[in-house]
Amino acid sequence: MKRTIEYLKSLLLIELAAGLWLTLKYLFKPKYTMRFPMEKIPRSVRFRGLHALRRYANGEERCIACKLCEAVCPALAITIDSAPRASDGTRRTTRYDIDLFKCIYCGFCEEACPVDSIVLTDILEYHFERRGENIYTKPQLLAVGDRFEKEIAANRAQDAAYR
Amino acid sequence: MMTSDALIFGLTLGKILLIAVPLIIAVAMYVWWERKVIGWMHVRMGPNKVGPWGLLQAFADVTKLLIKEVIIPTNANRFLYFTAPLLSVIPALAVWAIVPFDNGVVLSNANAGVLFLLAMTSLGVYGIILAGWASNSRYALLGAMRSAAQMISYEVCMGMALVCVLVLAGSLNFTAIVNAQAGTKGLFDWFWLPLLPMFFVYYISGVAETNRLPFDVAEGESEIVAGFHVEYSGSAFALFFLAEYANMILLSFLAPILFMGGWLSPFQGWHLGWLSDPGWWWLGLKVFIFATSLLWLRATFPRYRYDQIMRLGWKVFIPISIAWIFVAGILRYFGIVTIGH
Repeated sequence: MKRTIEYLKSLLLIELAAGLWLTLKYLFKPKYTMRFPMEKIPRSVRFRGLHALRRYANGEERCIACKLCEAVCPALAITIDSAPRASDGTRRTTRYDIDLFKCIYCGFCEEACPVDSIVLTDILEYHFERRGENIYTKPQLLAVGDRFEKEIAANRAQDAAYR
Repeated sequence: MMTSDALIFGLTLGKILLIAVPLIIAVAMYVWWERKVIGWMHVRMGPNKVGPWGLLQAFADVTKLLIKEVIIPTNANRFLYFTAPLLSVIPALAVWAIVPFDNGVVLSNANAGVLFLLAMTSLGVYGIILAGWASNSRYALLGAMRSAAQMISYEVCMGMALVCVLVLAGSLNFTAIVNAQAGTKGLFDWFWLPLLPMFFVYYISGVAETNRLPFDVAEGESEIVAGFHVEYSGSAFALFFLAEYANMILLSFLAPILFMGGWLSPFQGWHLGWLSDPGWWWLGLKVFIFATSLLWLRATFPRYRYDQIMRLGWKVFIPISIAWIFVAGILRYFGIVTIGH
């Protein structure tokens, strides 16, 4: 009896019809595709993307070359040299390099920074075209910070209560 | 008369172009539609970048294929290597001579149209076997062997299904076959009802004949890369592609013509005004539905195992077909099925 039922099931293609019904339902479902350059997925304010060095409102760079970020960096991606600045003798970095290939975007440098200088922005669309461009230097990092200061400050303000 | 000969020649050539050029465009649009439908069934969007809704995607792909280099494997048999794609594309185009598009709109209203159809569709397998053998590759040879066994087995069931239709219609002419399905009971006058199992046998055999999923062991991307055409590139590959899709569209034409009343309205004889009138648009609608159903099958089913394909062909379809020839004969002899008006 069981064999007969199985035979009839396969002869009448019942399971195949069930499969066809399933794909037919999916045909009319809304599509998951995100058309990337035109549409973007919303990002958290805590998103850890490209690095930036920030400045104070008066234009003075925040970094005081304490090298805490260099010390905490688990991937050894940060290299800092420091010297007293010629104009006023304050302690400043002469070199601040981040190797973006080494960086694992853990955000420890941002947490370690006592003056909120080094931050991870929510920029994730960047690329390199030549060997060596993966090492971001101090002027580049400051430029990123200058360009996106508004967004960086807004994201920090929104997250401040939970820090 | 020289002039009238030339005139007939020119007219026929014009008709051939009138069929072949839209067919090739239809193949391109069918490829686009296939990618769209399968994309939608995968909850994706399908091609949507080239042209509005990606409509020009197929033309971009064809251009890419045609300007690519045709690579000839070192140990391939050059003559057969280039004959094979022609052998598969010529029958696929030639068979359109006997396909009617409306009552009387047909290039050659041959009396033995069904025989011509069988002859041409059987020729297609030679292109595939030669392609697999001439390219001197193991994968291609395996694909060709599988394809040969599969197509020959399913041609038998297909022929049997055609015999059932012939028994009922009493003619080998496609126009006569469609007109034999005319009547006053709407779609219940068509041959799918008395020949219901044969309709499925014909359709599934047709899918197997065109090497489409779930019967695409001849290509079997996951096992033998691309099967018989693995060594082909550029325009030679494009010919195989064209032949496969032209055959799919042919199947989508023949299933409605043989079983679903061709250009007859599904409401024939119900006095619904223009809805009851026969016309090419009914055939077009049916072809669209059948063509889409082929894509639907592809999006739904995994590939059949090879021995199961053989089992299905020889141990299920052929006994059913032989039995149904008798049933069809009885239906016709005792006048249970009325033919024509």
